[in-house]
Amino acid sequence: MALTQEKQLEMLRIMQTIRRFEERASDDYRAGDIYGVVHCYIGEEAVATGVCAALNSDDQIISTHRGHGHCIAKGADLKRMMAELYGRETGYCKGKGGSMHIADFSIGMLGANGIVAGGIPIVTGAGLAAQLEGKGRVAVSFFGDGASNAGPFHESINIAAAWKLPMIYVCENNLYAASTPAASTLAHSDVAARAAGYDIPGVVVDGNDVMAVYDATQEAVARARNGEGPSLIECKTYRWRGHTERVGAADPRPQGEIRAWQERDPIERFVAGLMDQGCITQEAWQEMDEEILAEIEEAVQFSKESPFPDLEAAVEDVFAE
Amino acid sequence: MRKISYAQAGMEALVEEMRRDPTTFHLSTDAPDALVEEFGSERVRATPIAEGALTGIAVGAAGSGFRPIINWSMVTFSFVAMDQIVNQAAKIHYMFGGQVKFPITFRTSVGGGRRVAAQHSQSPYSMFMNLAGLKMILPSTPYDMKGLLKTVIRDDNPVISFESNRLMGVAGEVPEEPYTVPLGKADVKREGSDVTIVALAWLVHEALAAADVLDKEGVSVEVLDPRTLVPLDCDAIRASVQKTGRLVIADEAGPTAGASAEIAAVATEDVETFAKMKAPVKRVCALHVPIPYTPQLEDHVFPDRDNIVAGVREVMNV
Repeated sequence: MALTQEKQLEMLRIMQTIRRFEERASDDYRAGDIYGVVHCYIGEEAVATGVCAALNSDDQIISTHRGHGHCIAKGADLKRMMAELYGRETGYCKGKGGSMHIADFSIGMLGANGIVAGGIPIVTGAGLAAQLEGKGRVAVSFFGDGASNAGPFHESINIAAAWKLPMIYVCENNLYAASTPAASTLAHSDVAARAAGYDIPGVVVDGNDVMAVYDATQEAVARARNGEGPSLIECKTYRWRGHTERVGAADPRPQGEIRAWQERDPIERFVAGLMDQGCITQEAWQEMDEEILAEIEEAVQFSKESPFPDLEAAVEDVFAE
Repeated sequence: MRKISYAQAGMEALVEEMRRDPTTFHLSTDAPDALVEEFGSERVRATPIAEGALTGIAVGAAGSGFRPIINWSMVTFSFVAMDQIVNQAAKIHYMFGGQVKFPITFRTSVGGGRRVAAQHSQSPYSMFMNLAGLKMILPSTPYDMKGLLKTVIRDDNPVISFESNRLMGVAGEVPEEPYTVPLGKADVKREGSDVTIVALAWLVHEALAAADVLDKEGVSVEVLDPRTLVPLDCDAIRASVQKTGRLVIADEAGPTAGASAEIAAVATEDVETFAKMKAPVKRVCALHVPIPYTPQLEDHVFPDRDNIVAGVREVMNV
């Protein structure tokens, strides 16, 4: 199904929002306003955007430690996201989670997760809930090439296939598990090939082509809503930045490889295509970017003006009352 | 009153709560026939032997509006699911700022006496007590099993029900009428005035037997069963020890950083309780070893009524 111009421009806006949000998060992290650890998704924006564009608002997703892109693509509020990074009481997790644990269950975003592969069984449980409810909802697991080598991936996908859960497993293969090349840890170069072992569809798509990601997801979502069970989609992509934003963290990736992938910038490719089709002008694109930057500035100001949590909050929320 | 077994009492709790709440469902590697028959194979599922995944599935379904009941079977198998228990279930409510509830019941059996050696004879509840974010119960009678398990299923948090292997076939009075037992409320199983024995699970029964022996020696024993480990009824423990002035703790687990150590600290850290203590605390626990197979060794490693009697005599003679 061809997407409307409006929807494609919305997807462009989401991709650019992810990029600008993370550029700012990285700057503010280096400035000391954001603590701990920040993992950037820059370069992979087409995956979260293409997948979430094929979902309904009540469908559910789960993220990884590299979660900002998934949050934004599912519709999270930038102010509450940034405030969480800033550790403020107005953040999504009241300042208790930070970058690695942003969640918004009200929009079906079941959380970023600090354990590689840790989210895969959890979102499979959301898939079981969707099946028990029988309202046609689906659930999406985002994970990386690193997680595809861990037990929870295999256990979960097997259960989902055996029970025909309405699941879409989306592998973001960015070619590195932290600093270790996937080439040295994957027995088969395509994670999607593993689908054969679970008797479900497995496809490889260009993860830097947002429309290719969208199309593959559409097909998998239709199948899941139809009660035909899970699919595995492998998006080949690349992160432009190191595993984390930590200053001085080793990044063993060859400079030439990084440059080659930057030349395949998913945003530039998408915007060029939209310009060719006459969907957007250079001026309108610039205007969109400025609007995004203003929105992010607003989120930063909101965060800076928000208070840190009261100390009593440390002992709250251990249990639900 | 009618008598049913500890195991039957647990099953009754499940059936009643699954009838009561359509958002409950049951996952285990063997689906209990009685549950499948009544609730069907959609709500009562036999899972692959993949405890990590099924524990994570419970977390995700709970966060999506359901109330899963998981049976890990022996606690040994919970260790296969440790990431999902420790990093996810215990922390997810707090870490996400309390935005949704995660009502999950985890059932699992603990304890020894079945001659099944080191892996399948464990009582590791203190490992879980050490985590913030999990509640846990440890019933000693069919009555408590049913009443507590019903409360657990209704609780809006992840709760582990540790159930004693040795007590599965033990029968006790359980009323036909519906009832629940609250979490965090200890039960005085026998009143006494000279010494308090805080006993856990199977050792409640051994402590009661020890109390009969000691009674003949003129020692009046109070037996207190905490019933739930998190939350722990600290007030009841302190009140009993303030009354008797002596504390013996009987636990089938080893002593090191155990529930017994926590209970000792609850009593001795409290100024008023400590002021009334006439003797040091005595712990009667398993030896700090993996559990051996052969009966002679296994029975030597676990504490029983004789060890409890000896422990009480020790604190009475100070």
